[in-house]
Order: sequence, then C-alpha cells, then structure tokens
Amino acid sequence: MTRSTTGSLRWMAVGYAVLAFLLLPTVLVVPMSFGRNPYLEFPPTGFTLQWYEAYFTDPSWMSATLFSARIALLVALLATVIGTLASLALVRGRLRGRAGLQLLIISPVIIPTVAIAIAVFLVFARLQMIGSLLAFVLAHTVLAVPYVVLTVSAALTRVDADLDLAAMGLGASRVEAFIRVTLPLILPGVVSGAVFAFIISFDEAVVSFFLSGVHDKTLPRLMFENIELRLTPTIAAVSTLLTAVSLIALSLVLLLSRLGRGRGQRC
Amino acid sequence: MSAVEASLSAAYPAANEGRLGAATSWLLLTPLLALFALIFVTPVLGMLQQGAFDPDFTTRHFEQAVSRPLYVRIILRTLRISAIVAAGTLLLGYPVAYLMARAKGWQAALLGACVLIPLWTSVLVRSYAWTVLLARNGLINNGLTSLGLIDAPLRLLYTEGAVIVAMIHVLLPFMVLPLYAVLRTIPADLMQAALGLGASGFQVFRRITLPLSIPGIVSGLVMVFILAIGFYVTPALVGGAQNMMVAQLIATEIAEAPTWGFGAALSTVLLLTTLGLMAIFHRAISFERLAGDRS
Repeated sequence: MTRSTTGSLRWMAVGYAVLAFLLLPTVLVVPMSFGRNPYLEFPPTGFTLQWYEAYFTDPSWMSATLFSARIALLVALLATVIGTLASLALVRGRLRGRAGLQLLIISPVIIPTVAIAIAVFLVFARLQMIGSLLAFVLAHTVLAVPYVVLTVSAALTRVDADLDLAAMGLGASRVEAFIRVTLPLILPGVVSGAVFAFIISFDEAVVSFFLSGVHDKTLPRLMFENIELRLTPTIAAVSTLLTAVSLIALSLVLLLSRLGRGRGQRC
Repeated sequence: MSAVEASLSAAYPAANEGRLGAATSWLLLTPLLALFALIFVTPVLGMLQQGAFDPDFTTRHFEQAVSRPLYVRIILRTLRISAIVAAGTLLLGYPVAYLMARAKGWQAALLGACVLIPLWTSVLVRSYAWTVLLARNGLINNGLTSLGLIDAPLRLLYTEGAVIVAMIHVLLPFMVLPLYAVLRTIPADLMQAALGLGASGFQVFRRITLPLSIPGIVSGLVMVFILAIGFYVTPALVGGAQNMMVAQLIATEIAEAPTWGFGAALSTVLLLTTLGLMAIFHRAISFERLAGDRS
C-alpha cells in the first residue's frame, strides 16, 4: 500500500468518525422514546407507544403544536410571496446597491437571533401583542425570508430570461409571461423556499421564547420548558416526531431540486 | 472587483442585462423592505435607544457591562467558548469536507445528506439529545461505569466542556459547507502531480491543500464564531446558569430585571460586535456560501 492511500484512509476514518458524532446523538433519542420506563435509559427496556400517546392526548402539547403549525404555514406563505418578488428584482432587475441589499436580506441569519428577539419583544410588549399570532408570523417571516430569497434566486439564475422576452414577443404581458413561463420553471425552487420557511418557523426557539404568552406557546417554547424541568420520555417522542418532520421536509427539497435542474436553461 | 462583487455577479449574470427596469425592481422589493423596516430595523434602533437613553442619554448601562466582575466574566467566557468552538469545528470539519470534496456519485450524495440533515434538524432537539447523553445516569456515564473505567458517575452536564462539545456538534455544518465549497475547487491533479514529484502526503497537505483552502477556513471560522457568541438554546440547556453565556444573560435580564435598559444595552453590544465582524470579514460571508447549497 502506498503512502498516499494510507494517508487517505486516515482521512476517511477521521471523517466518518466525525459524521458519527454529527448524527448519533439525535439518532439515539429515537429508541429511547419507545422505552417503557418513565425515565430515559439506553438501551431502553421493553417497547411502548405510551409517550407518543401522552403527546397526542395532552391538550397543552396539542395546542402548542397547532399554534406552531398555524404560524409556520402563514410564515411559509408570506415569506414565499415576499421573497419571490424580491428575488425577481435581485436576479432580473436593474438595481443599484445590489450587494448592500443582499447583505441586508441575509443579515437576519447572521445577526444573533437573541438580539432580534429582544428588539421585537420590546416593540410587541409595548403594543401588548405578546403571544399574538400576528407577532409570531411577522417576526418569523423576517427570519425565514432570507432562505426563500436564496433558494428562489438560485432557481431564477438557472432560468433563461429570454424565455420571458419570447413570450412577450408573442403578445403576453410581463405579468402573464412570468406566471405562464418563468413561474412554472422556478416552481421547484419556490416550493423548496416555502418548505424551508415552514421549518425555520416551526423549529424556531429563541424568538418564540420571548414572544410566547402564558397560554399561547409555540411547540419549541413548550419543549424548552419541559427539557429544563427534565420530565418524562414524552419529550423524546416529540423530538423524534420533529426530526421526522425535518427529514420529510429535506427529502422533499432534495426531490424538488432534482426536478428543478435542467429546466429552461440557456443552451 | 472585490470577492463579494465577483461572487455576486457570477450568481446574477442577468443583472448586467437588466431585464426589469429600476422602478419595477424597487416595487418588487417593497414588501420585503417594508417588513424589514417595521419588524427588523425599527425595533433594533428602538432597542439601541432603550439601552442608551434612560430617560436622558446615558452610558450607564454600557459601563455596567464592562465594570461588574460577573458580567465581565460572562463576556470573557462567551468569547473563550466561541473561540474554542470555532477551532474545534475546524479540526473536526476539515476531514469531513475533504472527504465530501473527493467523493463521487452516491457516496457524495450520502455524505452531503449526513451534513445537511443535522443542519435542518431542530437545534432544540439536538441540544436535548446532549442533555440525555451527558446526564448523571445518561448513556456516557452508564457506558463508562459498565466498562469499569469509572466508579461513580461523572458530572458531565452543566459544565463548560459540555457546552463546548454540544456547540461544536450544532455548529459543525456551518464549518463543513464553506470548507467543502473551497476544497471542491482544488483540482485533484495538483495533488497527484506533487505526489508524483516525490512529496509526502503531509507535504502535499501542508504546501498545497491547506494554503488553497484558506478562504474556506476563514469563512467557516467567522461564521461559527459569529453564530457562537450569540448562541442561546444550547448553552441554556447544556450549560445551565453556572456556565452562562451572553445571550442567556440578556434573556435573564429582560425576563427578571425591572427595567429593560441593561438587557437592551447588552443586546446592542452583541449586535454591534456581530456587525463589526461582518464588516471586517464581509468577503468571507457570501450570499451563496451561506446557503451552503441547501437547495
């Protein structure tokens, strides 16, 4: 065996060990959610669905889940519309200060969420909107819109703008051309953006921590409280379900990106 | 042309053709800019004001942050942990990124999925997993006891070490993705040529791979450090109150103090630190790399 292959074997061993470190903790929670004892243990003894049953029958878990789902759906809708319009301007527009605009648009991803959370909390507290659906939707949309702009911009860049011009040459208006030509071509990117926006909102814990009221709590906020109190394996069941939602969403996005590739490209 | 401009014009080739007029473009941007103005920029400015006026202009709250020993300790701890976490993600992330850059076909897809799945799994869930692993009767303590390596369970949870390990775990994808983006562009022929000319594997790494991957290293370090200094969920769950970081201090102040001035001031300091780092390293934070090919 040559030196270079032993070298790359060493790289591989370290690389795979790090990947295990990256994946294992979350994976280990899954079997624990099926354990029969009222505390977390590994390996779990017995098999039971009682923690899942506990989650689905508990009114506070259910209302938090529904509240989070409602917020996330509205965020997905709002962020996708706003973000798609902005992407059109960023990719197809004649714009001055594009780089500055892009920095502004991605800044909610980089700026500490805690600082944004405090800032919006101070505003919504004064307006007595703590725990209000609208407050959550607006704040989460700010956090989610950068991801929509990133995915839709990427999709738009791959689509030839001449197609729109061709449609317009054949008598379509600009809006018609967009709706009937460009939009169908970038649809996988737009749907991916919506899925990302949904997940960002649904999993968001920091803004939720400050904006949640005594009764109107999001799912992450309720989970946070339960983890701190170190309660039953119900929390392991909820974690498993949340991970499953993320996995489904990510598979959807990967599937869509495969669909989106090679459509309407410049030859 | 700066690196940012170069990467932007590469991403937006249509920009130069300008198919939409300036007026239409700004009209399309209006909903987003209105939302940002109302729910992002104005609140942040309001927070700044709340930290600096009480009711007249005062630097009292800011002075408090740098004069009270407890607060100084928390700020220094935050900087220390963030630096260690950034270095740790680099050490662990480099081999993974290297592997991804060299992999082909289904292997490449599998490795990519292994990095993307954690990125899209709730930070809350992943931090919770660490509280389970590190607990007194958790998997690690039980494993070590049954192997006979320790007699009594170790205190793992609520330590600074726990915070560091869990944060490295959570932030690792933000290091791997920019590293991968750069490593992927280094032609394999280059390394083959060096090997053929008699360089050892280590020499190839030190003289070719490492220098060429510096932009990715800087980008990853900056991203991880910036995200780490403002991290809330993981330190709160894994570190507890004894190992408090700045974000927790802010949260506690806002939740418990009678006035919000100090919390707002501290939050402003955190924000300005981040913006300062962004300004210095803006070349390292590109629009596309941040997306990390998430799509």
